[in-house]
Amino acid sequence: MKSLKISIAALIGISGLFIGCQSGGQKKAASATGSDAASSVYVAPGEYDEFYAFMSGGFSGQLSVQGLPSGRVFKVIPVFSVDAEKGYGFNEETKPMLNTSHGFIPWDDAHHPELSQTDGVPDGRWCFINGNNTPRVARIDLKTFETTEILELPNSGGNHSSPFITENSEYIVAGTRFSVPIPQRNMPINLAKGNFKGALSFITANEPGNMTIKFQILVPGFDYDLAHSGKGKSHGWTFFTTYNTEEAHTLKEAYASQNDKDYIAAVNWKKAEEYLAAGNFTEMPAEYAHNYYDERTQSATSSMLKTVKVLDPAKCPGLIYYMPCPKSPHGIDVNPTGDYIVGAGKLSADLTVHSFDKMIAAIEGKQFDGDAYGIPVLKFDAVNIGTVSSGGLGPLHTEFDDKGNAYTSFFISSEVVKWKVGTWEVLDRVPCYYSVGHLMIPGGDSKKPWGKYMVAMNKITKDRYLPTGPEMCHSAQLYDISGEKMKLILDFPTMGEPHYAQGIHADVVKPNSQKIYRLDENEHPFACKKESEARVERDGKDVHVYMTMIRSHFAPDNISGLEVGDRVYFHVTNLEQDWDTPHGFSVLGANNSELLIMPGQTETLVWEPKKEGVWPFYCTDFCSALHQEMQGYLGVGAKGQGGELKWSLGD
Amino acid sequence: MKHLSKVLMLLTIPLTLQLFFFPLWQITLEAPQYPEGITMFIWINKITGTTEYTLQNINILNHYIGMKYIEPDSIPELKYFPWVVIGIAFLEVLGLFWYNRWYYLFIGALVFALSCLGVYDFYLWEYDYGHNLDPNAPIKIEGMVYQPPLIGSKMLLNFNAISLPATGGYLFLLGNIFGFLSFVLFPKKK
Repeated sequence: MKSLKISIAALIGISGLFIGCQSGGQKKAASATGSDAASSVYVAPGEYDEFYAFMSGGFSGQLSVQGLPSGRVFKVIPVFSVDAEKGYGFNEETKPMLNTSHGFIPWDDAHHPELSQTDGVPDGRWCFINGNNTPRVARIDLKTFETTEILELPNSGGNHSSPFITENSEYIVAGTRFSVPIPQRNMPINLAKGNFKGALSFITANEPGNMTIKFQILVPGFDYDLAHSGKGKSHGWTFFTTYNTEEAHTLKEAYASQNDKDYIAAVNWKKAEEYLAAGNFTEMPAEYAHNYYDERTQSATSSMLKTVKVLDPAKCPGLIYYMPCPKSPHGIDVNPTGDYIVGAGKLSADLTVHSFDKMIAAIEGKQFDGDAYGIPVLKFDAVNIGTVSSGGLGPLHTEFDDKGNAYTSFFISSEVVKWKVGTWEVLDRVPCYYSVGHLMIPGGDSKKPWGKYMVAMNKITKDRYLPTGPEMCHSAQLYDISGEKMKLILDFPTMGEPHYAQGIHADVVKPNSQKIYRLDENEHPFACKKESEARVERDGKDVHVYMTMIRSHFAPDNISGLEVGDRVYFHVTNLEQDWDTPHGFSVLGANNSELLIMPGQTETLVWEPKKEGVWPFYCTDFCSALHQEMQGYLGVGAKGQGGELKWSLGD
Repeated sequence: MKHLSKVLMLLTIPLTLQLFFFPLWQITLEAPQYPEGITMFIWINKITGTTEYTLQNINILNHYIGMKYIEPDSIPELKYFPWVVIGIAFLEVLGLFWYNRWYYLFIGALVFALSCLGVYDFYLWEYDYGHNLDPNAPIKIEGMVYQPPLIGSKMLLNFNAISLPATGGYLFLLGNIFGFLSFVLFPKKK
């Protein structure tokens, strides 16, 4: 009876597919969703989503916060790119966040969010994300949902295999996608092979304000693509995929795809700590920025660091091994128990699964197949435990559920394949619209996945939404994975180009979300905490305005005696202490953005008036019934003719 | 019976002194955009709110209609009421030793009278805040006053204002009832 039902359902499904084919792609995808899909993603007005999703912004450089299952966008957190809406990178407080050894950089390419973990489980304290272009990592505080720390990475030519945290947030890691001369120097590019090098960095993650490169490992000049840290029994190891073990320097799409196998680098970071403690490292000159936003002073500072501790694998036996993996592996994922390391050969049909136990045995039994620049290469058969032959093409990334299943995205065949960990048999497959890159299950790269939903982040959008000209949003798709079969239940647009994402149950994060900044804890050096203390001070060409804002007026609201050529610092403090009462601040002709100031916060806008006149300023965030009245004037005279500096409110 | 009367008098003492631990009265403001609610608690010696910023937030709302700022430091009652309460407790303690029927009646009556005066005083403050409005207020509505009810609820523009006794008020009332009962149940001379 049951099998009859299934075959009838299959027939209906197939006929639906034919009808779909006749009437175009949209209908086809629609028929792939169940009739109950709408109710399963419906979050009623006033109710909350069950999960937070932190989706990387890719080329936007930001991190967006979306709800699951609704797909709604709650916030775009500026990380590596300036954001005029929030004043990030425009106000004086956050400008230092984007400082690097190359100066102020207003943009980056943000790829992989990673939540902090305690005992291998996402704990909701922080989210980390890598900047690929000018190599950096960032910390986002999940009390305030603001970027609070950014560390630049020396000896890296593109920080892709990052941050991928260890199970107690000891480290986030960073490997270089593009190998470069280390130390940097100009040299003929065609001599790259053997001369370029890579660096794998281990960065302390669980000390806010003290994000430091604990050590770097100098490695052969391959391309270090992705990573994941071990957990459970494999805690203490981090695995990096490599491609271009050919060390080609041009036309890499062909020349970097010649070797039948590339490597998975297995790094024993506990061993690295021993070598570090034994003093077996070099203190190498370097130049890289560490930027920290201090919540007390509500201001960021940037400091330039001058050295980095470097370990040389040749002098540190047992530190790193290479495990062969077919066909330019991309994603590398460790299952929840930490037993298996899954390499996705992106130019093949198959997934390669290595066993952690076999790897340890192979190391102990010295089952080596030669070496690469002195780093032992383990025999493939000695570490391999299984192959997932899926019939798909172009596997990229794997996440896990809480029932012993794995889910792998296939870019070329545009689908997600569900398979059984241990037996490696394929259980189910669903199409993606179109060309999925990363996929994400909340907690899906941790010890305890919430195996209810799976999000596919697709690289191609085409006809999924109303068109918006040549440039369209990227599309994500949500699947219900609570049953045996995966069910597509929602398409939703995303910001920028999400590469990876992380998800976490809302109950872990929501209770800690801060409502205001306490005014009595505001230690901003230019804070003005009482309206009666609002004032204007001139120091040569610099004018400092200590301004307050509260519903619905500024103090002072009229200032005169300014001059063309002055540099006016508006230090504006929001005196509100109520939830959701931000005020904005903008000045006509200011060559930067607005300020968007949260309750209890102080921010600074610099204005250099260029023309004489009386120029208005106003509140940009609709704050009350009298918001339109929240405005003031700035009197500016010609150079040397501004007159006496005066300020007032309600005179 | 003698025993019961004295026990009741004994109970009035904690029911009086609890006023230092529980608020007397509460005024809640309800409006759609305040799903978390705004409640102001009036104590014998202070004014608090749901959060430590509630009073400031109420004052910001009140300024639109020109109501005076509620500043606990400028309300003298909050300074001397605690002494009145301590005085009452002292008289009640005395009742445990000076075991006299008419003295018990005196305590009951005194506490009742003081309570009535207190509520009347509260009414006067409410009247003052609700009627003495800044003529330059941004929102002026002809004939509108903003006095919250003594007990019960009333729509004040977009806010439903609900005024009710709070835990301390109820307990103090219970103490007053006990005080009268200790007189009623006082053993008659045979």
